[in-house]
Amino acid sequence: MSVLRPLDKQPGLNTATILLVGTEDALLQQLADAMLKEDCASELKIHLARSLPLPSDVNRPRIDLIMFVVNLHSKYSLQNVEESLRHVDATFFLGKVGFLAMGAGQESHCSIHRNTVTKLANTYRSPVFFCDLEESQVTRFFRGQAPAHTTDANRTRLSPWPVPDTCPPGP
Amino acid sequence: MDETVAEFFKRTILKIPMTEMMTILKAWDFLSEKQLQDVNFQQRKESLVQDLVLLCEKKRASVHDAALLDIVYTQFHRHRKVWDVFQMSKGPGEDIDLFDMEQFKSSFKKILQRALKNVMVSFRDAEENAVWIRIAWGTQYRKPNQYKPVYVVYYSQTPYAFTSSCPLRSNIPLLGQALTVASNHHKIVKMDLRSRYLDSLKAIVFKQYNQTFETYNSTTPLQEKSLELDIHMDSRIIHENRIEKERVQRVTQETFGDYSQPRLEFAQYKLETKFKSDFNGDILAERKEPLRCLIKFSSPHLLEALKSLAPAGIADAPLSPLLTCIPNKGMNYFKIKDK
Repeated sequence: MSVLRPLDKQPGLNTATILLVGTEDALLQQLADAMLKEDCASELKIHLARSLPLPSDVNRPRIDLIMFVVNLHSKYSLQNVEESLRHVDATFFLGKVGFLAMGAGQESHCSIHRNTVTKLANTYRSPVFFCDLEESQVTRFFRGQAPAHTTDANRTRLSPWPVPDTCPPGP
Repeated sequence: MDETVAEFFKRTILKIPMTEMMTILKAWDFLSEKQLQDVNFQQRKESLVQDLVLLCEKKRASVHDAALLDIVYTQFHRHRKVWDVFQMSKGPGEDIDLFDMEQFKSSFKKILQRALKNVMVSFRDAEENAVWIRIAWGTQYRKPNQYKPVYVVYYSQTPYAFTSSCPLRSNIPLLGQALTVASNHHKIVKMDLRSRYLDSLKAIVFKQYNQTFETYNSTTPLQEKSLELDIHMDSRIIHENRIEKERVQRVTQETFGDYSQPRLEFAQYKLETKFKSDFNGDILAERKEPLRCLIKFSSPHLLEALKSLAPAGIADAPLSPLLTCIPNKGMNYFKIKDK
């Protein structure tokens, strides 16, 4: 079984490679698009994967950061992340892994409790971000005309949710 | 014109939205072109309705004409009713008789009228050898209630009939009997299939949903799809599990095809199975009686939603056959028992 290791390859010159792992492709794509729009000191490359292990026959650059994306509305996505975590070497968790929990805004749709993800993140000594994706709408007013709404579909904002402060200290 | 009939006309015409008024009145074909031209369709709806009712009165319209108008309205708004599907069968060894529409109609009407004193039956022929039947139920002492009719759409060249849900459940066996006998069948059975979308029910039952009109090489759509991905994708985004994605697309296409799915709003599964558990000593697993449980999936377009589950990453492909068998089996109500 192939395991991701953080330092098994040479770093690329002035490049940063982020790996997003999650079941919902559309979500990952939106996240990736949003991240690429921001300014970054290095050249940014984003790999999207449904689950780990990654296909072994591909030549890929060294991965600098792994973000595991969990959709709180889907137990399936949590299961997928838990299984993928087994294919990551322990040394990755020294600051190169993070968890993203999406969908906390719609409590009624959540089938995973926020604490479950918080506990998971604590077990792996990694930070967790709670967030939702939203489209930002720009309203323009023209003299004498009704306001025209333009949805700038390319601008997606990450609105962070406060991380619950009931994080239990690690064992 | 009788007061009740005038009221019936008024209420039926009021139902019709202004944008469809002309179309429906023309389809009804009771008022002539010239008479319709003389009516001012620009006025407020209430006044328009009054004018139309007066016009009908002048032309000595009967309650049967009003019933026909109601049928036309329902044909244009068939999604306002929930349709059940009945399947008839001939007895063993019975010949396939030549179907006579007029004989069917008179026989159907006679059977109902013999059983119930006050019942009003109206017919309107439709395309594909179908007939729309409207039945207004009355009782021994009361005239037919025109505001709670039942509609039956019978496709004469097939053993299938679609009925709108009947508020008076006691009349359903009689309706079934009338249909069966009048159409020279032996038995009638209610299928476990129900939806608002009559055309989708037709497509499922007549197996017309999977017809693609052009033949195509099955490999080309996949190529087109992956090209699409490349065009929209930033070269800085790399998809690692492309092979898995293509597998999911392929499995989904094999299961659901490339055609648009017939439209259903829900699928209901009634479970009567024993509780199965991995844990030893689980209290629920010790129960001897089956656990009763009802699972209902609802959606504005259930089959399209199921089709998009695996590509969206919400479920594994292939999906459970309990979900994918719906159009094939022609069922959206299931009873699941232990084998």
